[in-house]
Amino acid sequence: MSALGLRRAVDVGMTALAGSAVLLALVPLASVLWLVVSKGAAGLSVAFFTHLPTPVGEPGGGVGNAILGTLYMVGLACLLGLPVGIGAGVFLAERGDGRLGRGVRFVTDVLAGVPSIVVGIVAYGLVVVPMKRFSALAGAFSLALLMIPTLARGSEELVRLVPGALREASLALGVPEWKTSLRVVLRTALGGIVTAVLLAVARAAGETAPLLFTALNNQYWSLRPDQPMASLTVQIFNYAISPYEDWHQKAWTAALVLLMLVGLLNLLARALTRSGLGGRR
Amino acid sequence: MPPPADTARAPAPAAGIAEAHRPGRNVGDRAWSVALHAFGGAVLVVAGLIVLSLYDLARPLAGKISIGRFLLGSDWDPVAESFGALPFAYGTLVTSAVGIAVALPVSVGLAVFLVEMGPPRLRPLVSFLIETLAAIPSVVYGLWGLFVLVPWLRTTVEPALGSALGFLPLFRGPPIGLGFLAAGLILAVMILPTIASVTIEVLKTTPPSLREGALALGATRWEAIRMAVLPYGRAGIVGAALLGLGRALGETMAVTMVIGNSPEIHASLFAPGYSLPSVIANEFAEATGGVHLAALAGLGLVLFGLTIALNAAARMMVGAIKAAAGGRAA
Repeated sequence: MSALGLRRAVDVGMTALAGSAVLLALVPLASVLWLVVSKGAAGLSVAFFTHLPTPVGEPGGGVGNAILGTLYMVGLACLLGLPVGIGAGVFLAERGDGRLGRGVRFVTDVLAGVPSIVVGIVAYGLVVVPMKRFSALAGAFSLALLMIPTLARGSEELVRLVPGALREASLALGVPEWKTSLRVVLRTALGGIVTAVLLAVARAAGETAPLLFTALNNQYWSLRPDQPMASLTVQIFNYAISPYEDWHQKAWTAALVLLMLVGLLNLLARALTRSGLGGRR
Repeated sequence: MPPPADTARAPAPAAGIAEAHRPGRNVGDRAWSVALHAFGGAVLVVAGLIVLSLYDLARPLAGKISIGRFLLGSDWDPVAESFGALPFAYGTLVTSAVGIAVALPVSVGLAVFLVEMGPPRLRPLVSFLIETLAAIPSVVYGLWGLFVLVPWLRTTVEPALGSALGFLPLFRGPPIGLGFLAAGLILAVMILPTIASVTIEVLKTTPPSLREGALALGATRWEAIRMAVLPYGRAGIVGAALLGLGRALGETMAVTMVIGNSPEIHASLFAPGYSLPSVIANEFAEATGGVHLAALAGLGLVLFGLTIALNAAARMMVGAIKAAAGGRAA
């Protein structure tokens, strides 16, 4: 009996241990969210969203140009990355069972694992070197490269979720294949693909490393793609590693703004999925 | 012959239907097919561009320093044009090892609890929280690490570890806060979502008959997990750990903010160090000359090679488990 008792005790002990792993995993999440919200909220004001950064010691000022820069570069990255990413996903779903398809799928998976800093170097080599200057375009290019693999695998999955009967019904009515793909299959998958795009945009908005030496930074308002541009993430980094108390406060507030942006995009994606428009899961 | 499950996954054998309609195949279909292949090919072009561009940037290094000297040299002095990658590779490996050592047991514990032990209605909630953990940008983790984790390590954790385990070289030296331990712990937090979510997927593929068989033979729930569930998923869990490792190797911002940024090799986890991505992040924009830039691109190439190899291995391991599960379900 004591052997059985021991085994039962071990069972209870391991269950408790596994349960505490769940709690342990959530401690950093709670800590990060609580501190960003509580420390960041102290510096929130309208000026923070609309004003340029001020030099050290000068009160007030904001990160308006950095917020605009992040939105601008992410938007530009979408223009460059969405067609290729989604197109590759549709290719994988529709023609992906051959040798080329398997190759493309493997390469896509591998690309998804390339560190963002390496993608930054690539954008430097392909855009900054020929243009001979740091630019918002180079930053957007690096973000686009990062979006392509996730979008491709995401949209492949979503296109494959479209019931075969829909496609067959359309083909049986004599609709050509290309029209079936565009008007029936892709339209059915559209909600899901929008979800995937929102998640990819959220990830791109949070990237810092590839922007450090592509878009660099800018203390002023700028909307020119061939000039350096500020971004929220690089601004947080610069504020955080500075030795000034006042800038540390701004780093927390900017982090709160970034988390709100990323969180909003994620919630939107989630709402879309739940409303049934998105086909995920 | 492909299993019937394949037809369910790929709803329509589109190619086959196109074959059947070949005589009536119109211009639109042909154009659509060409466009699709162009998009697929674009991904291959992108991959090729990445490799070429890295190689091209690193090439000026070739005449200056031998590969062996670059990979194994331990001094990094841009002014003297002396470049050795070892301190960075060491920092990357040590911090990733700490990250895996902390994150793997916690992730497996979490996955086992969610899939095998806890109430099923807990699963979506915890999955949501894990996804949230994964969605937090790296620079925000860095900020948190710099102003919350590092001071806590300096005042509380490192002195305690030092007095309890100071006989190990790992836990010797003054508690600075910034260093390998801080970077490793941040990495653990950041790779936990990856490892945990893949492990959950892997554990879900365990055939119920295995678990039920063990339970029917009188095993307790933990014994069934230890003797049936975990061994079945072992390759998948190793794959999950490799995927996590791949993320840890390339993680830049959070590590840069807490590792201390000094190119030295120390046995102690309390000491400051440097990592491959961090030195690229810190020096690339201000590289002093062609050779310095080439050396940094060379580090990028090393990092690229490492992560590609790891990811390929990991995908194969996780893929094998899922394929086995898929074949059986059919």
